[in-house]
Amino acid sequence: MNEAHVSVENLTMAYGDFLIQKDLTFTINRGDIFIIMGGSGCGKSTLLRHLVGLKPPARGTVRYNGVSFWDASEPERAKLMQKIGILYQSGALWSSMTLAENIAIPLEAYTTLSPADIREVIALKLALVGLSGFEDYYPSEISGGMRKRAGLARAMALDPDILFFDEPSAGLDPVSAKLLDDLILELRDSLGATVVVVTHELASIFAIGNNSVFLDPETKTMIAQGDPNHLLSSCNDPKVQKFLRRGVEAGA
Amino acid sequence: MTDTPSATCTLSATGPDGSRDAVFAGAWRTDAPAPSKPDPAAPDILAGCRRLRLKDGGISAWDTSLVVYLRQLAAVARAAGVELDDTAMPEGVRRLLRLADAVPERKGARREEARVSWLARVGQRAQRGGADFVSSVRFIGELAQAFGAMLRGKARYRKSDLLAVMQECGPGALPIISLISVLVGMILAFLGSVQLKMFGAEVFIANAVAVGMVREMGALMTGIIMAGRTGAAFAARLGTMQVNEEVDALQTLGFSPMEFLVLPRALALILMMPLLALYANVLGILGGALIGILMLDLTPAQYYQQTLGSINLQAIASGLIKASVFGVLVAMSGCLQGIRCGRSASAVGEATTAAVVNAIVYIVVADSIISIVYVMTGF
Repeated sequence: MNEAHVSVENLTMAYGDFLIQKDLTFTINRGDIFIIMGGSGCGKSTLLRHLVGLKPPARGTVRYNGVSFWDASEPERAKLMQKIGILYQSGALWSSMTLAENIAIPLEAYTTLSPADIREVIALKLALVGLSGFEDYYPSEISGGMRKRAGLARAMALDPDILFFDEPSAGLDPVSAKLLDDLILELRDSLGATVVVVTHELASIFAIGNNSVFLDPETKTMIAQGDPNHLLSSCNDPKVQKFLRRGVEAGA
Repeated sequence: MTDTPSATCTLSATGPDGSRDAVFAGAWRTDAPAPSKPDPAAPDILAGCRRLRLKDGGISAWDTSLVVYLRQLAAVARAAGVELDDTAMPEGVRRLLRLADAVPERKGARREEARVSWLARVGQRAQRGGADFVSSVRFIGELAQAFGAMLRGKARYRKSDLLAVMQECGPGALPIISLISVLVGMILAFLGSVQLKMFGAEVFIANAVAVGMVREMGALMTGIIMAGRTGAAFAARLGTMQVNEEVDALQTLGFSPMEFLVLPRALALILMMPLLALYANVLGILGGALIGILMLDLTPAQYYQQTLGSINLQAIASGLIKASVFGVLVAMSGCLQGIRCGRSASAVGEATTAAVVNAIVYIVVADSIISIVYVMTGF
C-alpha cells in the first residue's frame, strides 16, 4: 500500500529573512510511521508546524492526498485539518478544562453525536491510552506522562487519518517512552492511520520508523531519507552515520 | 454519503445451544446517520443467552462509533455473564478493543460527584479568605524586609531590571496619561463653567481646574491608569514566571523572589508615580486652559495668574504624596497576585483580574482615608 498520503515538494521554510530549511522534497505514504529527525535546532518542529498548517511555507507545496494545503480554500483547509491529529510536546491540554472536556471540544464542534455518545467516545479514547476513569481530572493534577497520553486521546478524538507527534518521548522515563512507542505502533495497525513523528530518540527511531527524512542544520536542507534501519546500514553520509550511532564515527 | 448503506446491528434469536448472533453491517461512522441497533441499556437484552457471537455482515467502513458500541455490548455481556466472541470482527476493531481493556481502570481514580453543602461552601470560602489575608500580611512584611535589605545595600536584584521596569512604567505610560489628563482637565473646566457662569465668575474656572487636578484628579487618574496598565502587567509577568517554574529557579539559586522580582517593581512604581502625577497635573491644567481660553474668552495671562494664585507647594505635595501611596498599592496588589498565582493559564488570568480590581479598590479607599486625614490636619 504505497499510496502517497502527504507529499512535500521543494518546501522552503523561513522566519522572515532567516532561512530554516530549503528544498525539502519527500513523500509520506499511507500507513507509514514517518520520522523527522536531525540535531537540535535543525527545524524539525518548524517542519511539523508547516505540515499541520500552523505556518505557511516561504516556497513550495504540501499536498494531502494530492490537494495542495495552502492553495485550498478556507473551508477545504478546515476539512483537511479535521483529519489531522496532533500531539504537542507537553500535551498542550487546555488547563482550565478537565480531560473529558478537553476531548469533548472537537467532538462537540465537529460531530453530531449526542452528549451521552460523546461521553462514551471520551471513555473509549481515554481507555485506549490507558487513562480509564481520569475523565474529571484537570491537567495540572496528573503527571507529565499522563498528560502526554491524554493529549494523544484528544488528538485521536475525531479519528484522524494522520497523527503527528512532536517529541513524544521527551520528558518520559524509558519504560513510559517504550509503552508510548508500542501504543503508536498499535494505533497505526488498528486505525490504519499514518503517523509522523518528530524525534531524536534513537531507540524509537529504529523501533517504530519505516521511513524518515534527515534534516541538516548546516547545509539547511535534507541530506538523507528512507527507512532508518536501512540508513544505518547503507547511508554513506558521515553526519547521518554519526547521528544514528550516537556520535560514534562509522567503523570505529 | 447517500450511497453508503446505513449502519445496522441485528440480534438473532437465541439458538438451541444458547448462543445469539449480533450481525453488523453498513458504514459505522460518527459522521453518518445514527445506526439502528439494539439499545444496550435495555433490560434483558441478552436474556437466556450464554454466548454472543459478533458477526461481520458487510461492514463497509468503521470508526470510533463501532468500537464504542461494541464496548457497551461487552460491558452488558460481562455483567450478564455472557461469553463474547469477536473473532469475526475486523482485525483493527479487535485490536482496539483489546487495547482499551489493556490498562484496567485504576481503583479510586474516578471522582465521585462531591455534594458540598451551602454551609460548607461558606465555611471554605471564609477559610480561604482568612488564608489570603494571612498571606497578604506576610507579603507586606516580606516586602518591608526587602526594602530594609535594600536600604542596607544587601538586597540582591539587578539594577538593569529596575531601570527597565522604570522605563516601562514611567515614560512608557506618558501617551495614555497625556490623553486622559487633558480630557479630565477639560471635563473639570466644563463642569465648573456651567456653575460659575451663573455668577459671572468664569475666571475662577482656573482655580477649580488647578485645585481639582493637583489635589485630587492628577493622582487618582494616574493611579487608576497604572493599575490597569502596570499592575496587570506585573501580575501577568510574575504569574507566567510562576507557571514556567522561573520563580522556583530563582529560589533554588538562593535569590529571594521578593528582592529579585518584587522589589524593583515596587521601587520603580514608587519613584515613577509622583512624576507621572506631576505630569498629569500640568497637562490637566493645560486642558482646562484650552476650554477657558477658547470657550470662555479668558486671556492666557489671566488664566495663568489665576492658576498660580490658587495652588501652592503644599497643595502639590499633598497630591504627590497620594500618588506615591497609590504607586505602592498598585505594585503590591500586582506583585502579590503574581507571586501567589497558580500554575495554569486560567490562574494567570484570575491573578491579573484580581490585581487590577484590588488595586482600584485600594486606591479609592486609600484616597478617601488620606483626604479625611488632610481635612482633619488642615494639610
